Parts: sequence; C-alpha cells; structure tokens
Amino acid sequence: MYFLKRLLFAVPLLVVISALAFALVHLAPGGPFDRERTPASPEIERNLKAKYHLDEPVWKQYFRYLGDLAHGDFGVSLKYRNHSVNDIIAQGLPVSMLLGGLAFCLATAIGLPAGFITAARRGRWEDYAGSLLALLAVCVPSFVIAPVLILIFAIKSNLLPVALWGSPWHMILPPVALGLYFAGKISRILREGMLQAAQSEFVTAARAKGLGENALLLRHAFRIALLPVVSYSGPMLADLLTGSFIVENIFQIPGIGVFLVNSVTNRDYTMLLGLSLLYAVLLIGLNLLVDLAYTWLDPRVKYE
Amino acid sequence: MSEPAPSHLSPNQRAWRRFKQNRPAVGSAWFLILLLLAISAWPVALHLSGPAFARDHNPDQLSDAQFVPPGAQHWLGTDVHGRDLFSRILFGAQISLLVGVVGTVVSLVIGVLWGAVAGYVGGRTDSFLMRIVDVLYSLPSIIFVIVLLTTLGDLLKQLPLVQNSPGLAGSLRVMLLFVGLGAISWLTMARIVRGQVLSLRTRSFVEASRTLGAGAPRILFRHIIPNIFGIVITYLALTMPAIILYESFLSYLGLGVQPPMASWGTLMAEGVSEINPIRIYWWLILFPGAVLVMTLLALNFLGDGLRDAWDIKN
Repeated sequence: MYFLKRLLFAVPLLVVISALAFALVHLAPGGPFDRERTPASPEIERNLKAKYHLDEPVWKQYFRYLGDLAHGDFGVSLKYRNHSVNDIIAQGLPVSMLLGGLAFCLATAIGLPAGFITAARRGRWEDYAGSLLALLAVCVPSFVIAPVLILIFAIKSNLLPVALWGSPWHMILPPVALGLYFAGKISRILREGMLQAAQSEFVTAARAKGLGENALLLRHAFRIALLPVVSYSGPMLADLLTGSFIVENIFQIPGIGVFLVNSVTNRDYTMLLGLSLLYAVLLIGLNLLVDLAYTWLDPRVKYE
Repeated sequence: MSEPAPSHLSPNQRAWRRFKQNRPAVGSAWFLILLLLAISAWPVALHLSGPAFARDHNPDQLSDAQFVPPGAQHWLGTDVHGRDLFSRILFGAQISLLVGVVGTVVSLVIGVLWGAVAGYVGGRTDSFLMRIVDVLYSLPSIIFVIVLLTTLGDLLKQLPLVQNSPGLAGSLRVMLLFVGLGAISWLTMARIVRGQVLSLRTRSFVEASRTLGAGAPRILFRHIIPNIFGIVITYLALTMPAIILYESFLSYLGLGVQPPMASWGTLMAEGVSEINPIRIYWWLILFPGAVLVMTLLALNFLGDGLRDAWDIKN
C-alpha cells in the first residue's frame, strides 16, 4: 500500500519537476537559435520559432509539452533538429547505462570489501592504508584520474585503447575513472556504519550469546551498516546511469552525459527537459527501491 | 573509546579535549593554518622583494620561459605562457578557498534557516518546505548552476557600474560563482538540520523556555540552533571540500573561473590539456593536484575529527 501511494505521488512530483525545469531554462537569457553557425536572418528565425511554437506564451508551450509527453513524445531537439530527443536518448542511454553500471559494479566490488576491512581492522595498518586510499579516491577529480590512466595504460604501455567505446577492452579505463570516486565514498560510508553498528545493543547481545567476532561483523554489523550504503547508492546510481560529462568527453564515448551539459549551454529546451525528466524518474524509482531494500535489510523498518 | 572525561567540563569543552587528541585532525588544522599564512604572506613578500624577483614570480607575467621544469628560479616550474607555477598556485588558492568558504557560508545560512523553520514550525509548513527540497534534489544540479550563472551574469552586465570597469565585472562573476555553488549545496544541510530540530523541539529545556513565554525566534536562535552547532560545523567541514571539488569541475568545463584568473581547478585543467605522448609536463598536473588533494584531505580529516569529537551520529 505504502509503495503504491509513493508511486502515485511520483506523478505530480514529476509534473512539478518538469514545470520547474521548464521555467528555469526559459528564465535563462538567450534562445536555442542564438548559436547557429551562420546567424539566421530575422525572417528565418521567426519561422523557426513559429515552427517549434517558441512564439507562443510560455505557459502554452509548457502545456503543449505536457500533452506530447503524455504520448511518450519528448519532442524534437532544438539543436540537432533532425533528431528527436527520444532517438538521442535511445542511442545514448544504453551506452551511458553500461558505462555507469560497470562503474557501479567496480565501486561496490572495491568499496564494500575495503570498507569492511578498514572497519574490522580498526586502528591497525590495514585501516590507515585503506582509509587513506579511500579518501584519496574521493579527493582526486575524475578529470585528473582519466588522463593519468590513459597516459599509463594506453600511451606508455599500449595495453588498452586510448579512447572510444565498443570492444570489452574499451570498457576498462572509463569505468575505472568514473567508479573510483564512488568506491572511496562507499568504503567510507560502510566503515562508518560498521563502527557505529559495533557499538549498538543488538551486537552486544549477540556477542554476549557467544557469537565469534567474524560472524558478528558479517552477519550483524555488516548487514545494518549496509543501510547507509544503500541509501547513498540510490542517488549515486541515478547519477552514474545518466552518464558523466567528463568521462564521456575525455574518452569520446557516445553516451548522453555530454548532451545534458551541452543542452543547458545551447538552450536546447526539449533536450534539457527530456534528460532532466529521465534523471528524475530514475532518481525517484531508485529511491523507492532503496526504501524497499531497507525493509529487507532491517526488519525494524516498517512503512505506514 | 576515550576515557571518561572530567564531569565539570561542558559538552563543548569535552569535545574540544577529544579533538585535541586526534592527531590527523590537529595536523590538518595546522596544515590549513600554514596554507592560509602562505597565501596571505606571498603577495606581501612579492611586494617587498626586489623588482626582478617580483617580475619573475608575478602570476600573470607572461614570459618566454615556457615549460621550465622545477628549479632554483621557478620552484615549481612554469606553464605554457612562462608564468611561475608556485605563484599561480598560491594566488589560485585564494579563489579556490574563497569559493569553498563563501559557498559553504551561503549553504549554511540557507540550509540552517530552512531546516530549522521546517522542523520547528512543523505541520504543513514543514511538508511544503521539505517537498521543495525533494523537487530541487530531483533536478540535475548542473542546470541550476548554469542557469543561475548566465541569468544573473546577464543582469550584472546591464549595470552601468559594471560596464565601466571590466575588472569589477570579473570579480563580480567570481562572486556569482561562489553564491551559485552555495545555492545548490544547502539541500543536505536543510535535511540534517530539520531532523535535529524535530528531535530537539520536544525536549524539556525547549518546553520550559516556551512556558516562560519565549517566542519562536528566541527559542530557535537561543536554544535550538546553538544545540545543533556541533553537527553543523562538522557538516561544514565536509561541504567545503565538496564545493572546492565542484568548482574545479566547473572550471574544467569552462564554466567556472575565467582566465587570466586561476583556481586550482583551472590550473589542473590547463595541466591536463598539455598532456601529450611526446613530452609530459608533469609538474603542471602534479603540484596543483597535490595542493588540492592535500587541502581536501586536510578538510576531510578535520571534519572527521570534529564529528568524532562531538560524537555525532548520522
């Protein structure tokens, strides 16, 4: 029941989000046709605006957009006018999702064990080394990691391709450049959660019953410490799946991360709205999944 | 766990004692103090030294000494325009740290007020304010930054004051960037503060104050906000590195600080753009990157230390 209500609530939320995004882009000065290679004559610009209904009042444009949206139509990109936003998303999203999914797998595959070990060996050298590495991963920006990775693995040693996307060999460096930050973040959150869980009453109770330290950590502390990791993972995954401008840009990957940033600078209204809504849908859906996972991980959590 | 502290100390004094025992945190605090000293002393040193030294180390002085490796004359080498990297890093630090501080303060003011009002007033106001936070969370933040920067930037350009002095326009643009970054970073702060206020407002000392006839503003500012200080300070120390990092991303995208001004982000972006297979000007990436990473590390250690000292749980 609770989750059904949440799902129903998502619809008005999306309408509000789309209205806000719509208002924001129309607030920004300039329009989608300001950056053409050759400036259009006033008549042509007027015709273009009429064709895309940009000469109408903003509220009318918005309702027209909502009407199209109800049919699953995101409209035509105002910058790449031969393509619909649906087409661009359909082409770029699978690439971005694969890249983001791989980065997510990498982040959890590194972050979870690292967080577990640093917490289990608290105050020893494993903890100091692991925590420092995690902090480094969080602090070095991806636009530094990516070129350095390319330099080492592609240019100097010729092991991996410099850029582009396609074969499995192309799919190693970009997820690493994208995922390391999140691996560090996950490791830090998990360590924190486990140290807190280790002090909680149910762990003390289990210890009093004679459970060994390893079983204690794995079965009790780890499970509860996963909660903050899971709630961080929702928004993180939404970010990852909708692509990263920087990593896609550096490795020349044909995803949709590049389109999001460019759509704002180009005032490509339809593209920007489509991508924003895509992000919002993913975020809301994933947060719902996070809450579902909560009930499974922590039996004490109940939703009314 | 530390040993039980003497009971005559206030919670804040006890927290301070615990903080002083945390070596990484104290070391980080010293590092940041030294960095601030270096940043403020360096322009003075340039001013006092001889003209040749000052010209060599002027961060904006173009020269033919392109890509000089680190050495006696240019301690950290020079960049593509022959500018002294050491000087550029110290001057860039002003911008990077200012972005962090101003952005953090902006996010602090909005976040604390928003969260405190939502949590204290409760009811419909609370759900209305927090739904706004939900909606803002669901939009990619890059949209806000760009729209804010371009819209306000355009408004600024129309001011006659700005049209007359291009230097002022540059610094106003930077101020705009600071405020914009703060304006997107307050959401988490509002959520944290609201949660704290919700649990504080039913406590007996708040009830007592209300019974004595105190109004809502007085209770908020005298009783509730001082009580969430620990968590707020801690969160601030973690927000600042996030904002500094965000600025470096924006600068990398060309949306942040504009040349010839520099921040650590733009310096690194410049270094990255000079990477080529034939020759690597490693100092252009290593030194700005190292300073940025060390500062972020220090801020993180400091934040962790503060949180442990105040024993804050998420």
